[in-house]
Amino acid sequence: MPERAVPDETTALRAEVVNWMRAHLVGDFAPLRHRGHAGDGDALPELRKRWERELASGGWTCVGWPREHGGRGLSITEQVAFQEEYARAGGPGRMGHIGEGLIGPTLIAYGTESQKARFLPRILGGEDFWCQGYSEPGAGSDLAALRTRATRDPATGDWLVSGQKIWTSLAHVSDWIFALARCEEGSVGRKGLIFLMLPLRQPGVTIHPIRQMGGGEEFNSVFFDNARASAEDVVGEPGEGWSIAMALLGFERGVSTLGQQMVFAEELQLIIDIARENGAAHAPVIRQRIARAWIGLRALRFSALRVLGADGSAPLGREALGYKYQWSNWHRDLGRLAMDVLGGDANIISDDPRRARLQQLFLFSRADTIYGGTNEIQLNIIAEQGLGMPREPRGSLT
Amino acid sequence: MRLALSPDQEMMREEAARILAERSSSSAVRRVIDAGASRDDAIWNALSRELGWCGVAIPERHGGLGLGLFDLALLLEETGRRLLCAPFFATAGCAAPLLAHAASDEAQARWLPRIAAGECAATVAWPASGSLVNDILLTAERAGGEYVISGVVDQVLDVRNADIILAPARFDGEIGLFTLERSAGLHLQSHRTLDATRNIGRLHADRAPASRVDDPARLAHGATRAADWSKLLLAAEQVGGAQACLDLTLAYIAERVQFGRAIASFQAVKHRCAKLAIEIETARSLVWGAASGVDQGADDWEASLDVAGALVAATEIYNLAAEEAIQLHGGVGFTWEYDPHLYFKRAQASAAWFGAPETHLERVAQHLFDEHEHA
Repeated sequence: MPERAVPDETTALRAEVVNWMRAHLVGDFAPLRHRGHAGDGDALPELRKRWERELASGGWTCVGWPREHGGRGLSITEQVAFQEEYARAGGPGRMGHIGEGLIGPTLIAYGTESQKARFLPRILGGEDFWCQGYSEPGAGSDLAALRTRATRDPATGDWLVSGQKIWTSLAHVSDWIFALARCEEGSVGRKGLIFLMLPLRQPGVTIHPIRQMGGGEEFNSVFFDNARASAEDVVGEPGEGWSIAMALLGFERGVSTLGQQMVFAEELQLIIDIARENGAAHAPVIRQRIARAWIGLRALRFSALRVLGADGSAPLGREALGYKYQWSNWHRDLGRLAMDVLGGDANIISDDPRRARLQQLFLFSRADTIYGGTNEIQLNIIAEQGLGMPREPRGSLT
Repeated sequence: MRLALSPDQEMMREEAARILAERSSSSAVRRVIDAGASRDDAIWNALSRELGWCGVAIPERHGGLGLGLFDLALLLEETGRRLLCAPFFATAGCAAPLLAHAASDEAQARWLPRIAAGECAATVAWPASGSLVNDILLTAERAGGEYVISGVVDQVLDVRNADIILAPARFDGEIGLFTLERSAGLHLQSHRTLDATRNIGRLHADRAPASRVDDPARLAHGATRAADWSKLLLAAEQVGGAQACLDLTLAYIAERVQFGRAIASFQAVKHRCAKLAIEIETARSLVWGAASGVDQGADDWEASLDVAGALVAATEIYNLAAEEAIQLHGGVGFTWEYDPHLYFKRAQASAAWFGAPETHLERVAQHLFDEHEHA
């Protein structure tokens, strides 16, 4: 259903985005419309990188960054407006997301002047693409159990990194990785970690794509064998990497979620269209599930508006802590609903792009409740930080 | 649009919470229940006359504060948390919005200032689970220069506590809105109810004198809008009740020790509480979003669907939270002495008003499938 357009302080900006997208997401870029979102993240990577440079030429990368660092300095409300109009226009999944949303703001807050000067313009310009090296085979939910080592090269002061990262989204098409590693021999847990930035194209780095259950390859294993990080590419102090890593997670306060919801709305509309065409819309139970999905999407919208409406300096409220659980479980349920609406056709692979999209939704949404903090971890966080319940006891096995 | 409380709203909410914690405590509610009263006169007088809560959303020209549905919803959330035994929802949540949306200017000028001043408790005689527009059970006739009303409405909220009853009635092939006051022709009888925190009673009118108050040009549309206000405010009350269930459960399980640990430290228990918290916040988001849509002039059909969504979510989470409160309290959760059953019964009683969730879901589905005109 159409969203009501109430004139507000974003009206002019929205019109500018709409017009720019209409003029630029055409020609060579036309195949990118609606592509590259979750479950389709490895689609057309080279064209999407070119698209990032196209965006940059219009000044549409890093719109929330301060002007002094090359951004547009948009307010939260304006960033939401941009995200919504971008998604509504069919804008493809952003290859530059990790650079723009995670490492860029981290450098702006904690980086040296040299780091800002070397990295920020290349993120802004769509020249460097980044990935995030946190999880390891033995350190998933328990990230602080990570074992990748960084040792200092006494000759140069550089850091030599060895170990393995896993679930590294888009590493195979990225230029740089930021990674957490253990820099103090014998340290455990959150102490003795370092936050490093490494170029991926170097002899000590090997990248193996991981094939997902949906058939795509968005994630990778990244192996480091004495890979080199320059002495000047440490963020924060060696040994204090954990606090930088946690601060970085705080930068994603959910501005992009309203854009994500536009994609969700398209998926729901597709399910409604198919239900109407194949008669599933006549079944009361399906009708009610579709109505519930719509209500759930409204709830996501209002919850996001509450999170964004809160004063950014205050600690996150319960509604913010619960948001990841809320959207990911809603989306996973939508995948199931899509299959139930398709009925027998759900199992048949065909050339119908609509069906393929819903099949991918069904499969990929199983990851939504795992990556970025599993359901179980989210519930622990809500119970402990949101409700003040006792902490989980720590085990003794390492 | 941002959904955040302004400093004034924060202050109003905190003040309401403080007053209700003091005056509508568990023991105060239990005193009302034990007396079979369903209305605590002291707190009703305090909040209606001294604090002016009934006038929060009544326009300033009629003596109210002229605030919106969102502000009123914040108050209802707090009264729901404390199981307030008073005709606040009936008066400020049902009767006042109906007068404001559907009554003639003259009738508004007559009744709204009295409601705002706390001089008049009111309710609406609409069928328990039906539609104000389609399921009219009363009939009006002309008698001299005035009207008389006859018929039965089996379940009217706070009927024994109301000074005036707004009564939709069939008249001359149309529908009109009338006021009934106490008279020889009006027989009111309270039901005995599982939920003893809110009065529900039978209205039997036998040529009871009535005054017509609607503005015919406003009635059909206004009644639908007013019903949206009432649904949204009931949802707000339910969110407050659900929050209370979680809060009292968290307090209990933090103290209750088994196997040498507070039972709140078990992950099986923590996860259930965390899920409740998420669902409560989800319902609260829907209530706030729908209310602020109404206040900001959202299209009627969009506001109406958002209200339906809020009511479904709030109804379901209130019932679930009350069930979980009983279960997580263990044996004492089943006793009269502990509070979960009070919420369990209120949750159940509230679930039946304005139609079951399936009815609202079907309305949403009809819109999504474009099966009828946007009302």
